Amino acid sequence: MSREAAEVKTMALSEIAVGESAVVASLELSPEIGDHLMHLGFLPEATIEVLRRAPAGDPTVYRVEGAEIALRRETARHIHVRRPDRVPDQGRDQV
Amino acid sequence: MSCHAPGPPTAVLEEPPLKSTQARSRFRTIALIGPPNSGKSTLFNRLTGLRQKVANYPGVTVEQRSGRMNGIRRHDLTLIDLPGIYSLSGYSEDARVAVDVLKGEMPGTPRPDAVLIVLDALNLSRQLMLAGPILALGLPTMVLLNMADLMESRGGVVDPLALAQELGRPVALISAARGTGIDAIERFLQQHGSAHPGSAKTLPVLPIELPVLQNPGECRRWASQVSSRTKYKAPASPLWTRRLDSVLLHRIWGPLIFLAVVVMIFQGVFTIGQPLSDGMGSGLTYLGAHVTHSIPVPWLQALVRDGLWNGVQAVLVFLPQILLLFLFIGILEDSGYLARAALIADRVMRSIGLNGKAFIPLLSAYACAVPAIMATRTIENKRDRLATILVAPFMTCSARLPIYTLIIAAFIPNHPVLGNLIGMRACVMLSLYVLGFLAALLTAKLLKSSVLKASSSPFVLELPQYRWPTVRSLGLRLYDRSALFLKKAGTIILAVSFVLWVLSILPVHNGNFSDLASSVIGKIGHFVEPVLRPLGFNWKVGIGLLTSIFAREVIVGTLGTLYGVDPTTHALSLQAALRHDMTMGGAIALVVFFAFAMQCTSTLAVVRRETNSLRWPVIQFCYMSGLAYVAALLTNQILSHLL
Repeated sequence: MSREAAEVKTMALSEIAVGESAVVASLELSPEIGDHLMHLGFLPEATIEVLRRAPAGDPTVYRVEGAEIALRRETARHIHVRRPDRVPDQGRDQV
Repeated sequence: MSCHAPGPPTAVLEEPPLKSTQARSRFRTIALIGPPNSGKSTLFNRLTGLRQKVANYPGVTVEQRSGRMNGIRRHDLTLIDLPGIYSLSGYSEDARVAVDVLKGEMPGTPRPDAVLIVLDALNLSRQLMLAGPILALGLPTMVLLNMADLMESRGGVVDPLALAQELGRPVALISAARGTGIDAIERFLQQHGSAHPGSAKTLPVLPIELPVLQNPGECRRWASQVSSRTKYKAPASPLWTRRLDSVLLHRIWGPLIFLAVVVMIFQGVFTIGQPLSDGMGSGLTYLGAHVTHSIPVPWLQALVRDGLWNGVQAVLVFLPQILLLFLFIGILEDSGYLARAALIADRVMRSIGLNGKAFIPLLSAYACAVPAIMATRTIENKRDRLATILVAPFMTCSARLPIYTLIIAAFIPNHPVLGNLIGMRACVMLSLYVLGFLAALLTAKLLKSSVLKASSSPFVLELPQYRWPTVRSLGLRLYDRSALFLKKAGTIILAVSFVLWVLSILPVHNGNFSDLASSVIGKIGHFVEPVLRPLGFNWKVGIGLLTSIFAREVIVGTLGTLYGVDPTTHALSLQAALRHDMTMGGAIALVVFFAFAMQCTSTLAVVRRETNSLRWPVIQFCYMSGLAYVAALLTNQILSHLL
């Protein structure tokens, strides 16, 4: 997983614009927080949709696994994502 | 509809048939577990009825709720409501408590004989992640898919029989809110609890491989495999939740609606609650007078009136406001708006080092710190929660209003300020509110940059779908909270007011009670006077400060009594008497003192309970009293030099 993440061009979840989706590559968070977020659905290969930002611009509401979860930018910064591939399986083969 | 009363699919369980004579149950304790927002509490209330026990687990701040399963006529079974968690891994105190209870390692809590897992049927693939590790514990377990009716109506599909086969455990579709499918739980408890000597050992061998407890990736893979093999189809996401959010979380409308909601709650608690409180107060006064007059023995009469009734009455008059506040908060929480409010407030709350979930408790504290501190339970981050608990009593609660109004009416002339925009009195009142708010703000910043620094858990907030709050759940919430408030605060206030009364009549001379000045409490008043003189307070105010330690509003009554029995002031009204006896500096110092001081044993008791330690209420009391003393000292010294 980590080698893949290094080769595919990744960015932080916090950089994804509202209305767009991204696929989780890796979580760069302490095991405890990472574990908690993974149980909420922020798992590698999960697709996350950026739904809306709070009126003050932060936190941001994400749609993951059918639930809506709000995270602050300081947390979303440490979730590395990549653009969703058009055909997910082929996309992974290219690397 | 087949889903409303599905028989528990027992196909996978080689259960010997029940004997016609009902065997005695070998079950004693049942655990109820489920993720947040799965409808677990609703089901708990449904299964236990109204008689629940609320306590803290030893050593932690997690609340333990348990009750006999009266809701399904199983008085022999105790249901334990475990905290709402997403996983069993040790991320939170809640999860650790749940694991300890399930493994029978929680002191004082018996190991559960069976487990009921509640999962939200709308969101099954994710929620199954919690089920895996619990099933792996090997206890007799039933999986309940809640909100089955809602899922069906939205086009979702789940096959309980297939799921039961996958999980090796009975599965039932239920609706906790409507009470459908509950009979399946009864059957499960009866069949699996019957005391067949062999059946305890012959738990079915699980037909599936359960995921490793601590690995979320594996849990996830397992959960999605199970949900795809059982052909689970998630219901269409309700469009109107998104539509509502595009207004309620709108850049401009969102904050405006939020403010309007806040103002409405604030106004509602005062404009509806105040007359109710006043009515209740006069009703209780009338009743008290009636009761005490019927007591023939004078000392017993004094004991009942001054030693018991007055103290209890002082608490009871706050009940209408507290119930209203909880009604409003209940509506917000059950409808799903509270999570949105926390989202909107997060940015502001973060600037003082707290998170958005602290907003509602701090707002509630304007009515009363006791329910506010109980409302901090929604904050999962323990340090943030503690910081919120510690600053909440600085918010100007309604118990401060009597002394504020008295001093302002007595000392502040009603000159217009800023043209005719606002009166001088309103201006002083507003300043006192601001003063309390600033103290809360600075204390929060201080705490979060020192002892409660470096919180490791981030702000993670799940936004539930909007729902109509049900009358049943709101009613239960009000019943629950008022019972808790009356029991916890009432017993302490009763004890303190009794002790104070005894101190105010001792020592007894020739069968007569002492008058106030020569009583133990009067002596204490004179004893503390030198400490209070720099603040501009006399010994009567000193006694008022002492008696009001149990509730702020008591000082007005105490001052009324003291000035009433004093020959030099008994002909004057209380306002005039105060003007006769105090300087302007001392009077303002007194309200400043009340803005900061922790004069409330109910709050201290609730802090003790919620933090599960004696340390925090003691620190809080010392800090707030110290701050109050210094602030009042400065106020008096500065004002007496200026005026």
